[in-house]
Amino acid sequence: MPDDPGQFVVTLLQAIVMGLLTGMVYGLMALGLSVIFGVMRVVNFAHGEMMVVGMYLAWLAFDRLGLDPIVSLPAVAASLFVFGYALQRTVINPFIGLPEHMQFMLLLAVAILLVNACLAIAGPDTHGVQVDYMFDSFNVGPLILDAVRVYAAIAALVVAGLLWLFFTRTRPGKAIRAAADNHVGALVVGLDVKQLYAMTFGIGAACVGASGALMLLIVQVHPFLAIDYTLLAFVIVIVGGLGSMSGALAGGLLIGVSEAVAGVLLQPSLKSVFSFGLLIIVLLLRPQGLLARRA
Amino acid sequence: MRAGGVWQRLTEGVPARALAALAVLAALLLAAPVLSQLLPAGDYWLSILILMVYFAYIGQAWNIMMGFAGQLSLGHALYLGLGGYIAAALYANLGVGPWLGVFAAVCIAMLAGGLIGYLGFRFSVAGVYFALLTIAFAEFTRILFDHFKWVGASGGLFLKVEPEGSPFNLQGSPVLFYYVILVLAALAFVFCRWLLTGRLGYYWLAIREDPEAAQAAGINVFRYKMLAVLISSGLTALGGVWSAFYYKNLFPESAFSMGRSIEVTLAPIIGGLGTLVGPILGSALLVGLGDLFTTMAERLAEYGIKAGGLKQIGYGVALLLIVMFRREGVWPWLAHWLGFDRHRENQP
Repeated sequence: MPDDPGQFVVTLLQAIVMGLLTGMVYGLMALGLSVIFGVMRVVNFAHGEMMVVGMYLAWLAFDRLGLDPIVSLPAVAASLFVFGYALQRTVINPFIGLPEHMQFMLLLAVAILLVNACLAIAGPDTHGVQVDYMFDSFNVGPLILDAVRVYAAIAALVVAGLLWLFFTRTRPGKAIRAAADNHVGALVVGLDVKQLYAMTFGIGAACVGASGALMLLIVQVHPFLAIDYTLLAFVIVIVGGLGSMSGALAGGLLIGVSEAVAGVLLQPSLKSVFSFGLLIIVLLLRPQGLLARRA
Repeated sequence: MRAGGVWQRLTEGVPARALAALAVLAALLLAAPVLSQLLPAGDYWLSILILMVYFAYIGQAWNIMMGFAGQLSLGHALYLGLGGYIAAALYANLGVGPWLGVFAAVCIAMLAGGLIGYLGFRFSVAGVYFALLTIAFAEFTRILFDHFKWVGASGGLFLKVEPEGSPFNLQGSPVLFYYVILVLAALAFVFCRWLLTGRLGYYWLAIREDPEAAQAAGINVFRYKMLAVLISSGLTALGGVWSAFYYKNLFPESAFSMGRSIEVTLAPIIGGLGTLVGPILGSALLVGLGDLFTTMAERLAEYGIKAGGLKQIGYGVALLLIVMFRREGVWPWLAHWLGFDRHRENQP
């Protein structure tokens, strides 16, 4: 324990707020996984790899065109949408409804291809972006908030809001939810379920691509981050409730905070002990997730 | 049971041609260290063969849990890592030889497997959720070992290279390690066949296909799923001990990594889940392909085409094609093509 309790509380609060801000970006990443699983019952084992692809695209836009990741975000998300749409149509669609281990192996192959394509094109070195407001911060009372995290969190919130509007206000969004609720029913009323599934995978990929662009503001990218992000996304969606959109966001915040607080209370290398411990407890006691209502 | 009875149980319904092919394969594998010396770079080919047999063995062990009993584990690095770490730490820190340490290693890995199985099955965590539970335990242990000073924490645990070391301390040439893992793989193959042809095998089949129906039929589903986890984790730990003494270094980052858990699952899934030949064929295919793409990447580098990850891209494409076009695995298709599954037609 530090000598000054007041200072300690401020440090802790600081960590919690930082965790919440990073957690928004985590939440957006997990949202993509949750949407894909919720609609198609496919666990995207290549999720972290897609995240890293998003980060690299944002880095390319910054490196070649000087674009801020927040500015290039729509383009990165659109590229990932096209990729996800095409991938679902060609490779993943025949595997819908098949046993989990087959889907796992298929997406594992996709993951190996994605991460090594990044490696072959960009090399093993880490890359980051240097934006003008990199060292800016906002002072809120005793707390100091990094500008990059604040902007990344706001942008993540905006993307999540747009997604919510899409699923509740637009016709294709409602159709996707209908297909998720009742596959046969959706077919009976004449919805093009194949098309909707491809769109869903595209949307999931766009989500994770967008969060990758934002994450690049906070961390540097290298190809081997991918598997950690895949695991992180799993932890978040399970804690929040697999298939639930609000659960994914809340899970992201919770894991973001728990990582930041563990970094202060224990040591940074132990930060994921909390997350994995929480994952085990939630799997055993509330497998439907902390937020979901009991089915 | 008499020896003749066991032999009959193991070979019943297997076509003579398949038995003959198996005998030829066994003879070739036994003679391999001698044969490999006839080739240029014989030691290299032996090291490739060692990898093939190793992945066939741990694939066989994983297959008991997933292929036989239908429980998807993506955390088998936990048992490999625990087995390796315990035997290696006992030897390096306390001087307890591996032939003794292996008992401790297997017991502790089975305890870990038993704990995960108990929690998972008692709380009915199934499918993807169970797979995530196994990952979570492996990751949790990885972080613990990262801070476990007695085994070197994140700095790693090293075994000395003892050129004069005796086989009783599992020290020696690659040929020794080859025969040890070959014997393990052969025993695991026969043991799995024995399991599958008995009552336990049929219980597992029933549980894998429909756990609720199996429960309704009076099978103690919990007990037999537990047995599958215990056997699988124990056998996997043996492989972990072997690999720790073969490579002579252990790091938590790699010993318990998700990547290592995934490696375990590749051979049996690609070869044919739940089949006995699947892990062997899958391992030969994958290690062979891996070596092929390494060589190709080296050739390309000679022509000035150099990039990290080229080898893995080739590997990924091959994996994707096999999964897309042989989703049941290669062996069921190959067995049919060779006519090794003909006996099934005579059965009702």
